[in-house]
Amino acid sequence: MAEHMPLREAVSSFIHDGDTVAMEGFTHLIPFAAGHEVIRQRRRDLTLIRMTPDVIYDQMIGAGCATGLIFSWGGNPGVGSLHRLRDAVEHGWPHPLELVEHSHAGLASAYVAGASNLPFGVLRGYIGSDLPRYNDQIRFIHCPFTGEELAAVKSVRPNITVIHAQKADRKGNVLLWGILGVQKEAALAAQRLIVTVEEVVDDLAAWPNALLLPSWTVSAVCEVPRGASPSYAQGYYERDNRFYQAWDAISRTRDTFQAWLQRHVLDTADFAEFSRVLRETQGTEA
Amino acid sequence: MSSQDYTASEMMAITAARLLKNGASCFVGIGLPSLAANLARLTHAPDLVLIYESGPIGAKPGVLPLSIGDGDLAETADTIVSTPEIFQYWLQGGRIDVGFLGAAQIDRFGNINTTVIGDYRKPGVRLPGAGGAPEIAGSARQVFLILRHSVRTFVSKLDFITSAGYLDGGDARARLGLPGAGPVVVITDLCVLEPEAPSHEFIVTRIHPGVTREQIVAATGWPVRFTEETSETEPPTEVELLTLRDLQRRTSIAHGDVTSSE
Repeated sequence: MAEHMPLREAVSSFIHDGDTVAMEGFTHLIPFAAGHEVIRQRRRDLTLIRMTPDVIYDQMIGAGCATGLIFSWGGNPGVGSLHRLRDAVEHGWPHPLELVEHSHAGLASAYVAGASNLPFGVLRGYIGSDLPRYNDQIRFIHCPFTGEELAAVKSVRPNITVIHAQKADRKGNVLLWGILGVQKEAALAAQRLIVTVEEVVDDLAAWPNALLLPSWTVSAVCEVPRGASPSYAQGYYERDNRFYQAWDAISRTRDTFQAWLQRHVLDTADFAEFSRVLRETQGTEA
Repeated sequence: MSSQDYTASEMMAITAARLLKNGASCFVGIGLPSLAANLARLTHAPDLVLIYESGPIGAKPGVLPLSIGDGDLAETADTIVSTPEIFQYWLQGGRIDVGFLGAAQIDRFGNINTTVIGDYRKPGVRLPGAGGAPEIAGSARQVFLILRHSVRTFVSKLDFITSAGYLDGGDARARLGLPGAGPVVVITDLCVLEPEAPSHEFIVTRIHPGVTREQIVAATGWPVRFTEETSETEPPTEVELLTLRDLQRRTSIAHGDVTSSE
């Protein structure tokens, strides 16, 4: 049954060094607050899983949290490269990063297989692509009925998944709407699940089919308003496109990145303080 | 405004938009494909169904999305499905008429690279990676490709094949049993290329107004060939240009002058 607790306690209780960690959210509802807390608590040797690493994993990789990355598209959406991811891949800084690289369809199938308690997922994919030559978690099998060659992807089974949603009720039932991404599959594929939410309410006021996850599938619910910023939460706030743009310059060199990380994440107590400091620094740069 | 005054980029977007038929279902990549598909929707193809890999089906964004999962796509969609569903039921399920993709690099057989320049394990430049492209290139009934023409993008050999076109040419794609027909057209800022039977090598079939063959040869990393009778692309109409510019103006206002045409 879901337990309501502060994010600091949830990360400390449920995310351990060496874990395989999925933080999902397809452009929408990216769990930035949780990512920052993992950086603050200086978790190490994580294998990170995310279809679109986005700025959140750029920050965690640059901060030294990760030694592995399972992903399918690693850019800064609408802007360009993720410089910390590239520095880790191209120069091994701050650690070498072992890549397990998929397509979206492949990684989505791997999550579905994980949630379904299957060893692998099957898709009509990767044919003619060089990706299987560099990722041994992609193999080819033959359909037992037709003989057709199909791709098999090893299932993804995170130790811990973290997602952000709009609402939870007092029991910890989780409601999420808008772009759905692969959150449900990532949640049900994992051993443990942290959900940060915009708000905890008495009544979700939604049809049961709209509920994403019932409370008994959730380890911890943490109320973190604006916890997906600078990504967005449909119905609450919009994507901070200026931050995504600014990240290109901040992350371009190790020095500017480390100074930003120190001031905004390592020297702040929680996401509320981070947001205050960010408003101040964005104000002075504007 | 005279319809004579337009840029090569505008000609590229307008040429691509014209190729999209009203009522078709189009799986749209972010950037240039999204620009051209929305232009088509706002001009001759109001019932073009735009499908983005983040899950919106039938999106009708007021401005161009900056990211593949912008809130505007969700708010204007007919329905939103999960990521596994968009790939499994809709793309793999055979419901996509046109997969519309950009790329960092392309070769003469329409294979594309969005993964790495140089060696995969010792990359010169690490690019974002595959995203939805390998399966879009495999399963959409047809694939349209759009990218700027230069020797850096049109290369004789790809460092990495992210998504299959016709592979080594000839019947190589057909032998692998990919469900879709593969890339049927490449639109650039200089010209239009189409695959020639039976080699499936892309050759220039149409040249944009004011562009010379020499320019195209100089911007192509393989000895590019031309059809015997290349035609000239119809220049933009005033409606096309006004609609495109208005869309881009509204987009830059909405995103705070973040350019979203790339």
